[in-house]
Amino acid sequence: MALTMEKKHTSVMTKKLKRKTALFLAPSVGGVATFFVVPFLVVIYYSMVDNPISKNWVFLDNFTSIVQNKAFKLAVTNTVKFSLISVPLIVILSLMVAFALDKNVLAKSQIRSSILSPMMVPIASVILIWQVMFDYNGVVNEIITRFDISKIDWMKSDHAQIVIIILFIWKNLGYNMILFMAAISNIPKDLIEVARLESASDWAIFKTIKIRYLSSTILFVTIMSLINSFKVFREIYLLTGDYPYESLYMMQHYMNNMFAALDYQKLSAAAILMSLVMIVLVGLLFVIENFVGKDLED
Amino acid sequence: MKYDRVTHKKKKNRIKPITSIVLVLVAIMFVIPIIFTICNSFMAESEIAANYGRVFASVTGKGSSKFISETVHLKFIPDMVSFKQYFTVLFNSPDYLLKFWNSVILVVPIVLFQLVVAMLASYGFARYRGRIREIIFFAYIILMLMPYQVTLVPNFFVSEWLGITNTNWAIWLPGIFSPFAVFLLTKCMRRIPAGIIDAARIDGAGEWKIFTKICYPLCKSAVASVCILLFIDYWNMVEQPLILLNDSDMHPLSVFLSKINQGEIGIAFAVATIYMIPTLLVFQYGEEYLVEGITYQGGMKG
Repeated sequence: MALTMEKKHTSVMTKKLKRKTALFLAPSVGGVATFFVVPFLVVIYYSMVDNPISKNWVFLDNFTSIVQNKAFKLAVTNTVKFSLISVPLIVILSLMVAFALDKNVLAKSQIRSSILSPMMVPIASVILIWQVMFDYNGVVNEIITRFDISKIDWMKSDHAQIVIIILFIWKNLGYNMILFMAAISNIPKDLIEVARLESASDWAIFKTIKIRYLSSTILFVTIMSLINSFKVFREIYLLTGDYPYESLYMMQHYMNNMFAALDYQKLSAAAILMSLVMIVLVGLLFVIENFVGKDLED
Repeated sequence: MKYDRVTHKKKKNRIKPITSIVLVLVAIMFVIPIIFTICNSFMAESEIAANYGRVFASVTGKGSSKFISETVHLKFIPDMVSFKQYFTVLFNSPDYLLKFWNSVILVVPIVLFQLVVAMLASYGFARYRGRIREIIFFAYIILMLMPYQVTLVPNFFVSEWLGITNTNWAIWLPGIFSPFAVFLLTKCMRRIPAGIIDAARIDGAGEWKIFTKICYPLCKSAVASVCILLFIDYWNMVEQPLILLNDSDMHPLSVFLSKINQGEIGIAFAVATIYMIPTLLVFQYGEEYLVEGITYQGGMKG
């Protein structure tokens, strides 16, 4: 009797709590629903009609037509290519820097600040130096001609992606480095100490202890870098304007063209394809976190 | 054995010279673009034209100036320190000041109101964890990770329906309800021990009081981290104004800067420096909060 009453009492309490705290959620959930979720449902609808005025149902025609579109294909190829090169590169480099900073080095905090500082600076502010460096008459070409290499037209050739990859790494390495440094400091020191006493080699310690403890962070950083690599349009736009060299034509350029052409149905279809890719990536992130994270926590 | 340990310790505490040198070089490479921009902002227009004229002449297609040198010099120390460009920017060309003001007007309300909305919401997510709320929170994470290619499309449609395209509201409203701050603050609030909250509740504090007197003060440093991360993100915004503001007079300086290079390289460095000053100040005084904010993001689950 007493037990059930208590039970009833607590369930009333939780209901009350649920109602009261729902008020705190209301503004945010309302805003997200109005500005993201509801319009996204409309985006799904738009992607399956021939146009928003006549509203004839065409199901997947928009998808097949953009997939066959030349500009879309170019944008996808370039985006994939950029991500495939830049992401592994930045993950490895930032891991190396984080390990190096974990050692006993001079001016540790100053080095950390320096590497982190590009993250703070708006890209627009440093675009000028990038132009001075990589212009046809720029500094880099000036230097390589001294070594008898002929000038390269960096921004208007297939080398353009290299410039953007450098800019991407410069901007994002600090963020990854901080994540890795936090993870490295969480590796149990006594475990490494024991391994040392057992006269394990540095390489063995690195392979069997460090990498194992870092694996979930490595995956997290990889996926975050992948997501960040989709945002590289910003850098490209500021460097090259509306009409970049072909190898720099990215998804966002395609979207901007569709916005300009007011082609709502293709725009919607492209947004949905992109969001599906993202959902797969995020799902992967969670699955991996669940599997890899667990056996270490215990 | 004992001896071994001593040598081992010594080895550990010694500064590693090669790693140090490599790291210092890397660090220098990372700050050079920033330092270069600041240094060059003190060069007189004629000096800039002489040094980099060729670069920008080839951009505009007219190589008119006779001062242009054949080679491009990467120069750090100006021949003569000049503040004239700054005067020009600040007093003689209202365009840049206006764009700077546009940036402020766009960014500040987003940061402030996103924080307010997010603090409330994070309390709601942390205080009670039902099934539905977990699902909503998961949806927030997915939304947070979506790139602009995806989110700008719904934002664009809404602003058309509400008739706010080409006004600041088109940028403000999606920005304010963006879920990033909710995510980070919820993670912080969930770490508050339940005992503290229960104690307050037993003492008769209502939800509002628990929120303002306990949870908010305990999460102050997370609020500072989020504030910094939001500020640097929106101060750097490019995609949203391009799509949502047709009128280029309303664009923030982050977009406009890329368009002034051609005609006015002389003052471009000064404008670029002025635009990064707020972020450098934030970095100077809030680096620890920034680092904390990034570490918070590691591990997506709350």
